[in-house]
Amino acid sequence: MTSSAALAAPLATAPTVNRRRSQRKWGLIRLASPFVLLAVWQVGSAVGLIPQDVLPAPSLIFQAGVELIENGQLADALRVSGLRVVEGLLLGGFIGVALGTAVGLSRWFEATVDPPMQMIRALPHLGLIPLFILWFGIGELPKVLLVALGVSFPLYLNTFSAIRQVDPKLFETAQVLGFSFWQRFRTVIVPSAAPQVLVGARQSLAIAWLTLIVAEQINADKGIGFLINNARDFLRIDIIIFGLIVYALLGIGTDAIVRALERRALRYRS
Amino acid sequence: MTIAPERQTHSAGELRQVNKWYGDHHVLTDVSVRISRGEIVALIGRSGSGKSTVLRVLAGLSTDHTGDRAVTGAPALAFQEPRLFPWRDVRTNVTYGLTRSRLSKSQEQERADRALADVGLADRAEVWPLTLSGGQAQRVSLARALVAEPDLLLLDEPFGALDALTRLSMRALLLDLWREHGFGVLLVTHDVDEAVALADRVLVLEAGKVIHTLDIDDPRQSVPAEHYRTELLDKLGVHI
Repeated sequence: MTSSAALAAPLATAPTVNRRRSQRKWGLIRLASPFVLLAVWQVGSAVGLIPQDVLPAPSLIFQAGVELIENGQLADALRVSGLRVVEGLLLGGFIGVALGTAVGLSRWFEATVDPPMQMIRALPHLGLIPLFILWFGIGELPKVLLVALGVSFPLYLNTFSAIRQVDPKLFETAQVLGFSFWQRFRTVIVPSAAPQVLVGARQSLAIAWLTLIVAEQINADKGIGFLINNARDFLRIDIIIFGLIVYALLGIGTDAIVRALERRALRYRS
Repeated sequence: MTIAPERQTHSAGELRQVNKWYGDHHVLTDVSVRISRGEIVALIGRSGSGKSTVLRVLAGLSTDHTGDRAVTGAPALAFQEPRLFPWRDVRTNVTYGLTRSRLSKSQEQERADRALADVGLADRAEVWPLTLSGGQAQRVSLARALVAEPDLLLLDEPFGALDALTRLSMRALLLDLWREHGFGVLLVTHDVDEAVALADRVLVLEAGKVIHTLDIDDPRQSVPAEHYRTELLDKLGVHI
């Protein structure tokens, strides 16, 4: 039915109207596809095609979510996990941006700071978990530090390269106009570098959540990771899947915030 | 003579016996230039003749030269590209020309608006620079250069990137502003016609030396005498 309609449409209407209609059609199909998948999953579960001890029905996962929201476990877990990510982001973001700025502005810092940074970057930061446990114990500190470590490199690299790519003609213009260092920083460096630093922020956010997920699998007694691990012990696959969905939503949500900042930083280009 | 003699006697900027090296390369040899207030001096030469270097020395962007530099106040400089800060609106860009003046915010804005009105862009004060045409952006750049009312305006091929019609209206605008404010101009260009059309005096630079000075007795005629043009082209090694 739909395929024959799609073939018949180009003959019937003017090209622009037809293109708009076809765009809308594909848009609707894109929108519908996840819902169709959910429906298939739900129906498959209802008729016994999908074993519920392997993959529970969407409605059961939804119920698990409602249960966690109602008994307050989700809010507690979000607060703990959120704090870990925010602290790690602030610490790692500050280190990454500060070092990237220093190295970008000064050859001296580049020669002294960049080589060790590149060496540390070569280490897989998730592989440092055993070391961090031995150094910092099993509390909040090693988790926050691990997030900070993972976060700092994309911001460091992007800030460094963003500052190196500032148009030298604008620096010269700033000199002609008699700008102070602070004015040059605010009027030339920050706005030029902002778009690429925000790209780094988006990469850092993705790494922050990933690092959190891994760090929380190990020796956590609260947080979303703990919720998932605990659910494993009680064979609550519905809670495990709900926890994963929460991680995904957090990732999407924070990415959307940075994209909004990107649009604001680039509003002069419109 | 369109310029009152007393205006011409005030020097706006001067270089005496300036020499400059890049490594072993002698880029400027004994260059002396004097620009009076109310005077337009054009500096022409082929690419690599050192004309932009002369301008950079006058602008104070170069430090490692020998010889004397005397400039009243801070010279204003406009480049071939407008070099506006795209993330600041047009008015803010113009206020940056007042960085050295230490005025209050409202005084800065008032002066910027007046400078924008001078270049015919009063209604574009609040737009982003990227929405301007090339000629409009260059006018904003001129407004930024002139907003601090400098004694000396240094122009580095300011109309080089514009189309022919815009270039003509920019020349007319420059002359209007110059007549009104009476600053001295050093115009660096490789366009002989532009030099003859605008200048009181034309210096020909070759390999870092001033090899010729041409005084134009009847400057800024609507149809400049052909012999000036032929003389300058001859000195530049173009024989027609």
